[in-house]
Amino acid sequence: MPGKIWVFTEVLEGKVVPVGLELLTKARSLGGTVEALVFSPEADQVTSTLGEYGASTVYACTDPGYQEVLLGGPAADAIAQLAGEQNPDLILVGATYTGRDVAGRLAAELGVPLITNGVDVSANGDTIVQTAIFGATLVVQSKLTGKKPAIATIRPKSFAAEPGGGASPTVVQVTTPVAEKHKKARVKERVVATAEGPTLEDAPIVISGGRGLQDPSNFDLLQQVAALVGGAVGASRAVVDAGWVPYAMQVGQTGKTVKPTVYIAAGISGAMQHTVGMKGAKTIVAINKDPEAPIFKLADLGVVGDVLKILPQLIEALKAQKG
Amino acid sequence: MNVVVCVKQVPDPNSAGQLDPATHRLKREGVEVVLDPGDEYGIEAGLQLAEATGGQVTVVSMGPEKALDAIRKALAMGAAKGVLISDEALAGADALTTARVLAAAVKREGFDLVVTATESTDASMGVVPQLLAGLLDVPALTFAKHVEADGSTLKVNRQTEAGYDVIEADLPALLSVTAGVFEPRYPSLKGIMAAKSKPVDRIGVGDLGLDGVGSGEEVVSVQPAEERKAGEIIEDDGTAAQRIVEFLAAQKVI
Repeated sequence: MPGKIWVFTEVLEGKVVPVGLELLTKARSLGGTVEALVFSPEADQVTSTLGEYGASTVYACTDPGYQEVLLGGPAADAIAQLAGEQNPDLILVGATYTGRDVAGRLAAELGVPLITNGVDVSANGDTIVQTAIFGATLVVQSKLTGKKPAIATIRPKSFAAEPGGGASPTVVQVTTPVAEKHKKARVKERVVATAEGPTLEDAPIVISGGRGLQDPSNFDLLQQVAALVGGAVGASRAVVDAGWVPYAMQVGQTGKTVKPTVYIAAGISGAMQHTVGMKGAKTIVAINKDPEAPIFKLADLGVVGDVLKILPQLIEALKAQKG
Repeated sequence: MNVVVCVKQVPDPNSAGQLDPATHRLKREGVEVVLDPGDEYGIEAGLQLAEATGGQVTVVSMGPEKALDAIRKALAMGAAKGVLISDEALAGADALTTARVLAAAVKREGFDLVVTATESTDASMGVVPQLLAGLLDVPALTFAKHVEADGSTLKVNRQTEAGYDVIEADLPALLSVTAGVFEPRYPSLKGIMAAKSKPVDRIGVGDLGLDGVGSGEEVVSVQPAEERKAGEIIEDDGTAAQRIVEFLAAQKVI
């Protein structure tokens, strides 16, 4: 039995970031006690949601001082202190930027093992975390054998989030102050990149471009397709590294994981670094001029041809279909 | 400022990675190894920050003897000194052990700033920077996509899901950089020649005063993932765009 599982959750614009709800759903299925951790002045807006998804207790820190610094340090301090009092067996953290900061600092603070990039967790006796490596071609099961609590970061979209009809949770206020040492790094500004249309994580269609587009200006063709179908535009690591498009658009191991209904890979060869972020799509369409490109091994519809010729035709066909 | 850059030698990312079936560890024999491409950004960031503020760069790596090649490349780019920690006891080290060893080596050198990539290209655990900052008890300025030094203050744009945060930090600190933060320089011929005479400390776990290193996790199985099946492949004869539209319609997304 897993005993007590903690789920670290993040809040953005008054809502729980989805991976938090995905992890609560999973934690619930493992049995035992499920509790949530949240560090946000807006925590009171989300406690009922956290309860609904399975948290019987919510440890909430609403101190605005935590938002003025990088959250990883002070959140790890507060969680480590709580863990000493409450003895959780397992702490699950979404593999987001901030989640990775918190999990890493917490493991250092507690001196406990940490498994990262998990895609599944089971807890029949031992806690086993499943990770996918080498472009998700191999599935590795690892047992956490060290001191407790074990910590695991889990990739977003590994599980579907489903409410469990839980009652209103007990809310415990966390009042650990932010230590002076953490104030040496201060958040001066939070810049939100505004993009038209749905996000990569939410769009039913994602169209991503790679080197095959030949020139950064050709990403405009992808933008046009996305605008016509209500999709979002992604990119391979190669073109992000080349500075064609911002990192926020990167799909893959070091970028975002997407699971749209249709993923269109335009001029992407299908390196493992990329496919790990998109092979969970319901269906995949690939356009590439090289018939040997590995992306065709994953594609439900593979088109061998010139992406710069096909995309303008696709735009015209979509316009015609819209009438 | 004096900068310590942590680097790793990894199997060439352009070749498919393999695990040793007996040990479940990364296969290194017969595999081309290179300085992790992500680390080239870290070295470049370290060199530029040290050059701008009048300091030097020490490069630290944990790995087998062969990882000396990765250190030499960093020295050829302009780092002043290298430290290689090689020890049989470290084979299969987990993230926490790796961070403990690096933290001990970094402390031994002294630093104003520690620079890392966000994650290695082979294991991609992506938490060693945070663990290291925790063990060194300094702020972790993670996922930097832009860095500027102003005296003893660093200004960093940190990648977030929504955009980026502008962070201002006093030193000492740890900085993890994303690819593209600076364009890495190529080692010059002069740099390559000079690298041969630069000092490299080669040490083991005992030299760092660490004992009882080991892993807190155990691999219990490795299986091939369920593969997607390839579907229909067509050659574009001018009608491919129409076929894609039909496919989208069949999936009910348009």
